[in-house]
Amino acid sequence: MSEEVVHPLKKYTRPHVRKTTTCPGCGNGIIAQAFLRAVDELEMDMDRFVFVSGIGCSAWIPSPLFNADTLHTTHGRPVPFAMGVKLGRPDLNVVVVSGDGDLTAIGGNHLIHAARRNIGLKVILVNNGIYAMTGGQTAPTTPRGVNTATNPYGNLEPAFDVSSLVMAAGAPFVARWTTFHPRQITKTIKKAISWEGFSFIEIISQCPVQFGKVTGTGSAVELLKHYKQNSIRIEKARTMDAERLNGKIIVGEFLDRRKLSPAAILQGGQGKLSAGPAVPELSAEWSQLKQRVMREGT
Amino acid sequence: MSNTGKVMTGTHFLMGNIACAEGAIAAGCNFAAGYPITPASEIINHLAAKLPRFGGIFLQTEDEISAVSSIIGASWSGCKVLTATSGPGISLMQENIGFAVATETPLVIVDVQRLGPSTGVPSIGLAGDIVQVARGSHGDYQIVALCPDGPQEMFDLTVRAFNLSEKYRVPVFLMAEAFIGHMRERVVIPEEPELVLVNRKIRRGVCDPMQRQDFLDSQVAPMPVFGNGLKAHVTSSCHDEHGMRNLSDPEVMHRFITRPIEKIVSHADDIIEVEKDYSGREIVLVAYGSVSRSAKAAAVLARAEGLNVGTFRFITCWPFPGNEIRKMAESVEHMIVLENNCSQLYPYIKAEAAHACRVDFIGPQILGQIHDPEYVMARLKEMIG
Repeated sequence: MSEEVVHPLKKYTRPHVRKTTTCPGCGNGIIAQAFLRAVDELEMDMDRFVFVSGIGCSAWIPSPLFNADTLHTTHGRPVPFAMGVKLGRPDLNVVVVSGDGDLTAIGGNHLIHAARRNIGLKVILVNNGIYAMTGGQTAPTTPRGVNTATNPYGNLEPAFDVSSLVMAAGAPFVARWTTFHPRQITKTIKKAISWEGFSFIEIISQCPVQFGKVTGTGSAVELLKHYKQNSIRIEKARTMDAERLNGKIIVGEFLDRRKLSPAAILQGGQGKLSAGPAVPELSAEWSQLKQRVMREGT
Repeated sequence: MSNTGKVMTGTHFLMGNIACAEGAIAAGCNFAAGYPITPASEIINHLAAKLPRFGGIFLQTEDEISAVSSIIGASWSGCKVLTATSGPGISLMQENIGFAVATETPLVIVDVQRLGPSTGVPSIGLAGDIVQVARGSHGDYQIVALCPDGPQEMFDLTVRAFNLSEKYRVPVFLMAEAFIGHMRERVVIPEEPELVLVNRKIRRGVCDPMQRQDFLDSQVAPMPVFGNGLKAHVTSSCHDEHGMRNLSDPEVMHRFITRPIEKIVSHADDIIEVEKDYSGREIVLVAYGSVSRSAKAAAVLARAEGLNVGTFRFITCWPFPGNEIRKMAESVEHMIVLENNCSQLYPYIKAEAAHACRVDFIGPQILGQIHDPEYVMARLKEMIG
């Protein structure tokens, strides 16, 4: 008789949840594992996390799988829900996991304002480039030219560069990886969940069932091969011209202001500390709440 | 007992909106979010100034959707929460008002109503949201709504709104309108120890949601607020008593809808408050909010002319006080409903009363203006011939 094999990360999932809703070949499993591995390696307590998700396939990564407080919200709104959770309990690690349609189309305004506010949320945006749950419709992240259920003659619109958008809005920690980079994802998540500020991680993820089939780009393996062959590290991309970067996926940690003082972050410093007028730490609400929590010892 | 300075104890001359903000602070509100909108802005302005002094937070959000979402999040973090807006803001919030109902989240929403539809007239009151707050989000549900008749009740009913929301884990609406929000009157605020405050029951201990009931209890389940190691699972999708999604069992779907409704309806006696002065009267003027003041004045005029006229005022309008209306219908001959709209509660009143007495409706002489008591008198005389 063979011993029962237990996944080393099983201890972080709800005992009664025995299956997920994701399709065969989906990138969700890679991302769930990458996250839980970060928690495991940092020896963090899942009871110190609240996971907030919206609507769409990737919103199911934490809910109901992760054995922690989870809040599964309405379409596009996980960020403002999470903002309330975080301001109510700033001592908790509040993590948003949701998709590109949820966070950049219907919830795009909330995302850029959260980045601007720099309330200490961790936002993991799973970008599969399509509305998968509803059957392969065009998303703001769908590459131009590909066929979708709502653009059967080819998507006419250019796609959002979500990481650049969030950086422009003021986020202090921004990274992008693909599901071909699970170790790198874990490393970046470890950084994001071990400091106080707003962090944004975009993960390009394969959807063989909708994106692969509808756009004709193929199976999970073919999509992962595509990520492998076309990913360019940001450090290298900086040396390349636009023509050579065409069709490439730029990956890496784009912006890391974790070591800057909050005041320098607010002043938009890029690594140099500038002396300027005193700026409140992160945000007024943040510091007020911290004081309250310290006083009441929740 | 010591006074912390948090409650503005004493007799004041206050604007309704300020009285509301003071009521929120007195009730223990420690998280408010909002987006500026006339005629409700004074509430968030005042909370933004005062909440931080007592350890609370005010967050100005990018829109009303974010305002209601963030107070729901903060409520799950254990805060007592409020947002204040007007009709256009309520329209934007509707989706997540449904979320709060489905997840049994305590919160208070102040609706300082203005003339609509659409952008309408920001500074003119019109009780146009009375039905939208009860029926505006999709699906079938019950909420609680209270109708203040002046600045004093903007304070008192804000405290009551918090108490009811905490007790029943339900969104409670304070249905002011521009006239009530901007009216200035005497407001008496009691000593802090005299205020009766209710705090939600909080789940402690059992760390597995599968071993406990967090939702769908018509007697109100203790709330598994975040950060206590409870591994709460909160979703607005159809869920069972443990909060776990279930989209396949018809009985779970049935309970998902009916239990939160029963939770409110079975406690109607505790929630519903009305003010009645119709004993021995033939005709009753039925009203709520600012119009109830005109109704009272008109009743005085009518009685001076020998007409036997009384009044009935809704303090709670949702859950609808159907039993109170039926009882009244069986003891009077004629009900005249006065509303500052084109008859929003009238059909509900008529449904409970028309079997037993005559029921009529009088809107204001000009919509958006409070009923002139003389005008009500003239119309009343026409009606009774």
